[in-house]
Amino acid sequence: MSAPSGTVRPVSVASFAQSPNIRRDDQRNEVEGLLPVIAEVFGNIGITKDDVDFICSGSTDYLIGGPFSFVMALDAVGVWPPRAESHVEMDGAFALYEAWTLLQEGEIDAALVYSFGRSSLGDLNEILTLQLDPYYMAPLWPDIVSLSALQARALIDAGKATEADFAEVASRSRRDALANPKAQVAKDVAVDVLLQDPYVVEPLRRHALPPITDGAAAIVLAAGDKATAWSERPVWISGIDHRIETHALGARDLTSSPSTALAAQHAGVADGKVDIAEIHAPFAHQEIILRQAMGLDASVTINPSGGALAANPMMSAGLIRIGEAASRIAAGQADRAVAHATSGPCLQQNLVCVLEGA
Amino acid sequence: MAERCAVIGVGQTHHKAKRDDVSIAGMVREAAKMALADADLTWSDIDAVVIGKAPDMFEGNMMPELYLAPALGAVGKPMIRVHTAGSVGGSTALVAAHLVKSGRHKRVLTVAYEKQSDSDAMWALSVPQPFAAPLLAGAGGYFAPVIRAYMRRAGAPDHIGRMVAVKDRLNALRNPYAHLHLPDIDMAMVEESIMLWEPLRYLESCPSSDGAAAMVLAAEDAISGSNPPAWIHGTAMRSEPTIFAGRDQVNPRAGRECAADVYAQAGITNPREQFDCAEVYVPFSWYEPMWLENLGFCEQGDGWKLTESGATAFDGDIPWNCSGGVLSSNPIGASGMLRFLEVAMQVRGQAGEHQVDGAKLALGQAYGGGAQFFSMWVVGSEKP
Repeated sequence: MSAPSGTVRPVSVASFAQSPNIRRDDQRNEVEGLLPVIAEVFGNIGITKDDVDFICSGSTDYLIGGPFSFVMALDAVGVWPPRAESHVEMDGAFALYEAWTLLQEGEIDAALVYSFGRSSLGDLNEILTLQLDPYYMAPLWPDIVSLSALQARALIDAGKATEADFAEVASRSRRDALANPKAQVAKDVAVDVLLQDPYVVEPLRRHALPPITDGAAAIVLAAGDKATAWSERPVWISGIDHRIETHALGARDLTSSPSTALAAQHAGVADGKVDIAEIHAPFAHQEIILRQAMGLDASVTINPSGGALAANPMMSAGLIRIGEAASRIAAGQADRAVAHATSGPCLQQNLVCVLEGA
Repeated sequence: MAERCAVIGVGQTHHKAKRDDVSIAGMVREAAKMALADADLTWSDIDAVVIGKAPDMFEGNMMPELYLAPALGAVGKPMIRVHTAGSVGGSTALVAAHLVKSGRHKRVLTVAYEKQSDSDAMWALSVPQPFAAPLLAGAGGYFAPVIRAYMRRAGAPDHIGRMVAVKDRLNALRNPYAHLHLPDIDMAMVEESIMLWEPLRYLESCPSSDGAAAMVLAAEDAISGSNPPAWIHGTAMRSEPTIFAGRDQVNPRAGRECAADVYAQAGITNPREQFDCAEVYVPFSWYEPMWLENLGFCEQGDGWKLTESGATAFDGDIPWNCSGGVLSSNPIGASGMLRFLEVAMQVRGQAGEHQVDGAKLALGQAYGGGAQFFSMWVVGSEKP
């Protein structure tokens, strides 16, 4: 397998916006939810849709329960005159990867990436079961919380973590979320109190589960003159990579994340000191696995936004990690950050992005 | 700077109404293995996998790339799942091409599929949505009024649609992978078939197929295999909104501008003369004359005359859909990729009985949604 080319064209995260993350946005459809986010992501840097050369979005039809949910969502951008545009049935972080790839060719200089999803429209735990092997797994209806609980159990059995460690992650995440106006779940609750929570699926207590979230996010990527014109302190993507593992849960060591480790290696996480990391870990125990896979030691501030435990909008939670990490560099709170996105049951697919301030 | 990129391997299944001998994984793997063999490569030579299909609801698997990763040798590699409606097979190939053109990867496997027998596309397209008019008649019902508008606008006589239906099915007889093989096809047979959506009769519509398509794309310094490469001379995508007052659905602007973009990259000023053949997404017969105009193969209003003259037939001066096209095989998610794959086969000289003699430069096109998403590429036997 070839390593990413050494000559990477600098691309900046020029602007980021996200909707408020809420349990149920039943007053607006997807287009109405996206419109203010798109307006904000352009407005932040004083540009319009005419300033971007490519548009890429991420979403899944299964949230709305109908085909082509991305089609009408395009109306939030207004692709007239016609635009070069593409869509992945993946988290927006992977849409960002596609746009970044195009920017590498050097023929275009700016792209809009967005993602959206209303998890509240159906029973998310059941819907995610439909991601499983349709012949051998899905018919058994193992729900995603139960599968994640199996992973947490394996972690405990391997002596790699305890239930108190999960509570520690949850307590810190929701406390940090108090400073995040977009967070859905923000509160300061001590670990010993959290450990009084009943189990949802043993060994996962309620606090170890992500909230169910409706939300949307958008990022503008820029290269060349646009990158420097649109930001006082450009935040550069110095490396980005993603990898997938086998789908067969029985064939995986669920207590580790080799795909994250490989992506981190190719993205160059270890090439410098990491100040902060925004990790897309929907379940508390997954942060522990991912942190280890990326080799992030105790000096790294993890999920200052509160992470996916504070807000987990399906299809956007990964893209938001990149936006949150970039925002902190742009604000001068960090010089080098790692952002991570995941997809599939028990961290099957993972993307790692390294961001650096100028 | 963008790297050169070429198709070095192609594979497709025998498209059928029901592939009940294989799972979805078995079906996509069949096409992928064929593409690898064509490129003289094995799974471990592949750097990344890009997969596409039409809506997940067709088979009832959400984000099926997760389940298909091991079957496609993607474990430990980057895998991307594209979905751009009916144009997805083409867009998927384009995303794969960009992974190579950007210098990111040397060899990328790209796959697209649909297993319509596991599904009910008509149902999946007709799920009621809040605040949206239901599409209860499937794609044919959506496009029939647009076709009637074209006929009126261009003054086209009724028999043109039937001519396309016959021509593409005759071509399919030369393609062993085509789903429909109708040796007795003629104008009378089409005319006698049941009317589905005025003016479209049963035989003027695409079939429902199970099938997969796969290609290996490679950078210039990673060419392999004994068949010559098909060089990519241009790639383009365009989208426009589904509905707004004044939108020209008969001759969509996104299609015209997508063509202008890809032609500029490939140095095409006269498509009818410069291309040796084209594979264009024609799921309903009348879309041949409509796309002839949209793609600039003739003046506005003259598309049907070109079809009527026989210019687009296998022995015409600009043969369209020598493979039999979407009218003969329609594994929806793969239908766009088959267009892109078939033109690669043509310029590589490996199209067998439906080979256009000496084909050197060809256009592949796919469209989707309410004729609002377009993807195109131009491939040639010569390096760009």
